[in-house]
Amino acid sequence: MAIFNFQKASLSPAPFARGYREENPLIRRILIALSLIFTLLILVMPLLVVISQAFGTGWDNFWKAVTNIFTLKALYLSLITTFSAVTANTVFGLAAAWALSRYNFKGQGFLITMIDLPFAISPIIAGLIFILTYGRLGWMNSFLQEHQIKIVFATPGLIMATIFVTIPFVARELIPVLVARGSDEEQAAVLMGAGFLTIFWRVTLPHIKWALIYSVILCAARAMGEFGAVSVVSGHLRGKTNTLPLHIEILYNEHHYNDAFAVSAILVITSVVILTARSVVEHISKREERSNVR
Amino acid sequence: MSRKKRVIPGFSLTLGITMSYVGFFVMLPMISMALQTANLSFKEIIDSATDARVLSSYKVSFGCSFLAALINSVFGTMLAWVIVRYRFLGRSLIDGLIELPFALPTAVAGIALTFLTTNKGWIGQPLSRLGVSIAYTKLGIIVALVFITLPFVVRSIQPILEDLSPDYEEAGRTLGAGSFTIFWKIIFPEIKPALLTGFALAFARGLGEYGSVIFIAGNKPFQTEIAPLMIVTRLEEFLYGQATAVALFMLLASFIIMFIVNRVQIRVARLVGD
Repeated sequence: MAIFNFQKASLSPAPFARGYREENPLIRRILIALSLIFTLLILVMPLLVVISQAFGTGWDNFWKAVTNIFTLKALYLSLITTFSAVTANTVFGLAAAWALSRYNFKGQGFLITMIDLPFAISPIIAGLIFILTYGRLGWMNSFLQEHQIKIVFATPGLIMATIFVTIPFVARELIPVLVARGSDEEQAAVLMGAGFLTIFWRVTLPHIKWALIYSVILCAARAMGEFGAVSVVSGHLRGKTNTLPLHIEILYNEHHYNDAFAVSAILVITSVVILTARSVVEHISKREERSNVR
Repeated sequence: MSRKKRVIPGFSLTLGITMSYVGFFVMLPMISMALQTANLSFKEIIDSATDARVLSSYKVSFGCSFLAALINSVFGTMLAWVIVRYRFLGRSLIDGLIELPFALPTAVAGIALTFLTTNKGWIGQPLSRLGVSIAYTKLGIIVALVFITLPFVVRSIQPILEDLSPDYEEAGRTLGAGSFTIFWKIIFPEIKPALLTGFALAFARGLGEYGSVIFIAGNKPFQTEIAPLMIVTRLEEFLYGQATAVALFMLLASFIIMFIVNRVQIRVARLVGD
């Protein structure tokens, strides 16, 4: 991570790793030891406990828990919710980043605040506002009932709550990248007669490719794991509105601990894969950046 | 940003998508909440938001989030420093795992941390012999929040440390300053704004966190009940008005924190710009 900044590294004769011999080696050792212990206790142990509990009663029990019909239904619902939310937020994120970085208009600050809002408020409140909008007491209730549209306690509600919670991910990652690049290349493309789609596809997208992939990965992770907001709008209908995290809660509260951890193991493996993918993307993008500088 | 307005095509398309999306998914629900609040009398709101059980849940939420953010300020700074400045075995492991709390579903984190810290758990058992219990106490809530909010502080400070030239420290060292003096006089002032941002983000996230906390907290009324759980409890009792009142109070707290973060960031941007 630290040595990625090629431009800087090439300018300064003493790279970070070498310039620090003079520092007190004792302090250095203590800090490294403390960091390793802290990481082990806070980050590694929870992963290990999930894996050990998941396989604690043997592979057969793990497999039974994972292939249980309710687990599979929850997995299916989680995948649908995640896929819909991530797709919607990616399209939105691209549009928002384009609009906010390529033009000046009134209310830009307000729009950014609105995009940031979901980060600042509790997922529980996110769930609550959807209940208040589309639920029994909401002002849309009579309309929704008339047309037999179910949002709260049904899949659309889960998707909308997940979208709300993950709105900032893609937009917030792309806006600074596009602002930093400036719009000179796009303006040149306009002068040469390129249309919107051509400019986006040929000029803008190649530059934001890695930031986009990176943010989509994080967005998917958050969408898959969302608990609070989804819990409020789901109504806890087993087999109908239970996503994987909610299914884990039910198993845990019913004291089926090994089953709960078996299902958790799926999500732990997913999140480790996501973290690895994130590192790989970061690595590739840094290397590309470096070769561009050259 | 371009000063020439709208040379680039796509203005109405992209802005149209952005506005309708934000309008539908963010503003519409927020306005609905405001409308629901308008149905309540002022006294009702105040009464529901300051009920004794609710008040004690604020105390738990604010206290535990604050302490967790404080703990992470110390350890997060240390981790960021170690990741940026040292090369050692396990460094990339630490760097790669920092974002685990973002990637791991909070419910999984919740049950895993609970299992670790009960009196029979790997960490809880040795501690229980010393008379310390973590799971089902406020300490448990703090542990869960430390886990959840760790990335905020580390990732706020890390880029600042990466850009910080070691020349100043070397100059300080040449002039005979000790490691602690160098930290307090040279490094700390540089990372202070980022640390404040990280602290505030961690604090705000801690206030709203639900998934991981409810498993480890035990949720005893007046002792280990957090404010978001009070909203859920009121909803389950079908007391929508009371739930909304508590939510309003929490929203207000989040907005104040967000406002402070923005202020700090604007000040930092100005400093960097100069």
